[in-house]
Amino acid sequence: MISAVLHRLVLSVPVLFGVLLFGFLLVQIVPGDPAMVVAGPTATADVVAAIREEMGLDQPVLVQFWSYLQRMAVGDLGRSMISNKSVTSELGAALWPTLELMIGSMVWSVPVGVAMGTLAAVVRGSLIDRAIMALSVAGVSLPIFFISLMAIQFLGVKWQIFPFIGRPGPWYTAEGFMALFLPALSLGSILIGPVARMTRSSVLEVLKLDHVRTARAKGLSETRVILAHGLRNALIPVVTLIGLQVGYLLGGAVVTETIFSWPGLGRLAVGAIMSSDFTVAQGTIMIFALGFITVNLIVDILYSLLDPRVRK
Amino acid sequence: MTPLLDVRDLKIEFKTDTGTFMAVDGVSFTVNRGATLGIVGESGCGKSVTSLGIMGLIPTPPGRYVGGEVLFEGRDLLSMSNSERRALRGGRMGMVFQEPMTSLNPVYTVGAQIIECLRAHGMTNRREARERAIELLDLVRLPSPSKRVDDFPHQLSGGQRQRVMIALALANNPDLLIADEPTTALDVTIQAQILDLMRDLSDRTGAAIMLITHDLGVVAETCDDVVVMYAGKVVERAPARDLFNGPMHPYTLGLMAAVPRLDTNSDRLETIPGSVPPPWAMPAGCRFASRCPLATEECRASQPPLREIGKDWLVACWRAPIEEISV
Repeated sequence: MISAVLHRLVLSVPVLFGVLLFGFLLVQIVPGDPAMVVAGPTATADVVAAIREEMGLDQPVLVQFWSYLQRMAVGDLGRSMISNKSVTSELGAALWPTLELMIGSMVWSVPVGVAMGTLAAVVRGSLIDRAIMALSVAGVSLPIFFISLMAIQFLGVKWQIFPFIGRPGPWYTAEGFMALFLPALSLGSILIGPVARMTRSSVLEVLKLDHVRTARAKGLSETRVILAHGLRNALIPVVTLIGLQVGYLLGGAVVTETIFSWPGLGRLAVGAIMSSDFTVAQGTIMIFALGFITVNLIVDILYSLLDPRVRK
Repeated sequence: MTPLLDVRDLKIEFKTDTGTFMAVDGVSFTVNRGATLGIVGESGCGKSVTSLGIMGLIPTPPGRYVGGEVLFEGRDLLSMSNSERRALRGGRMGMVFQEPMTSLNPVYTVGAQIIECLRAHGMTNRREARERAIELLDLVRLPSPSKRVDDFPHQLSGGQRQRVMIALALANNPDLLIADEPTTALDVTIQAQILDLMRDLSDRTGAAIMLITHDLGVVAETCDDVVVMYAGKVVERAPARDLFNGPMHPYTLGLMAAVPRLDTNSDRLETIPGSVPPPWAMPAGCRFASRCPLATEECRASQPPLREIGKDWLVACWRAPIEEISV
């Protein structure tokens, strides 16, 4: 078990290197000169040249890459070209709101999706099954900004149940909790469809297996057969799917955070790209990549918890 | 004395894409307390469906109980409520399946799966149930049961898993143990061990066994009575000793001729020519007529009923009793 986790950690080193390389190349390829951004629109050519030298941009690419790697190794992501704050502190401030949003959206949508999928599998072919599947197709097809705007329009503006601008505090404060509601609702809604569909097909698949017949032959109640022997085994592919969907969720978070003025990583990334703040953009990419690697690691650990055959 | 199990004219049909067909068509037999009944026949003759039907494990749909009665101690299982049937399943009726590799849930320990069955039938104390599980694993002669109880199925061999299945089926001291080809998936040495084990346990606990198999050797060694099925119908029913001394139905005779023997010198195995008619094209007459060397016009025209030709000996053949047939 521990060796499997270590193995995965070692495997993520090349991925991490790839991300670092990409982050570096991004600054090299995109149009626009970092030194010009730092210097501002009114600076003279001399000033820009001085800044370029100071930032090491006049060095050969490989030398730049090496010093970039050295800085990354000690966690120095540089300073924002716009605000001049350190990128790590910018990221640190934005990380928690995004985690809050991700967790807030998964905490309700995963159980609801799994429950819907299981119910659909049990009553397959019925009207309820078809309704659930139609709903999940709608969930997959509707773009997140549409869902967000509808949520704002009705729950926010028309009925005034929930606030929809910004994050007045962390989730455990009353205002923060209320403010989290609509963003988490919108973002979570994109997860329900895929989770429900995957759960349905996985449960249907498992219920056909021999060991489910054994469970019935033991005289267990149908509820227990479906939950303990059907759903329990069916969760393995569902967990993989959720792991993959977290990527979508991060993408969705960019949109959701922008719409709801949520001070998270997504909005930070969008802001940085809009204002050519290369260092911050680089930092957000790093964080997103790290997030992916972490989620995959968690999925692997969950795997071995769910399936004893994976444990070695 | 009422028999433990009395199956009367059981009919089960299945709906498929090609139409509805009767998988079990008017099957009747009895199992007495403590006795062993063998049900033989080739693949698709309805023997597994019969056993699943008795257990109430036929998925409906696509399956459907069309008619007949399954009397367990005189009470009809088919007219019982779901909860009454559930109480019998895994309680007084245990079942061992053909596929030991897939019949246990891979995500739970074997102990947990046995304990679950014990708790479903009233043993509420967790520690007591665990002790009983270890005792059962010991009973089926799984080595070091107190350790194995915490193993997952994938850590056991096929034979060991089948032992666990037997332990599971015996968990609540059933009166009837249904074994659907329990040794088919196992290699020959293990087959003998598992059969010995089942026979021994039946002697000790007094459980009756209904053994579904296509292996006549197993039947000859194990069973008191035999039911021979062909294309969803019973063609011959007799005490094992009588049947092996001189089968009366041409199909049974063909089956026996197909068993390879050590005392004759033959290059080829005997076979029964032709194949079972497909379910959508069952003939009006005797279902075996197209493959039977003795078939007459009468055989092709109308179905022979089961009739008694000796003590406890029933045959569904117009030509029986046959003195001698040269196949």
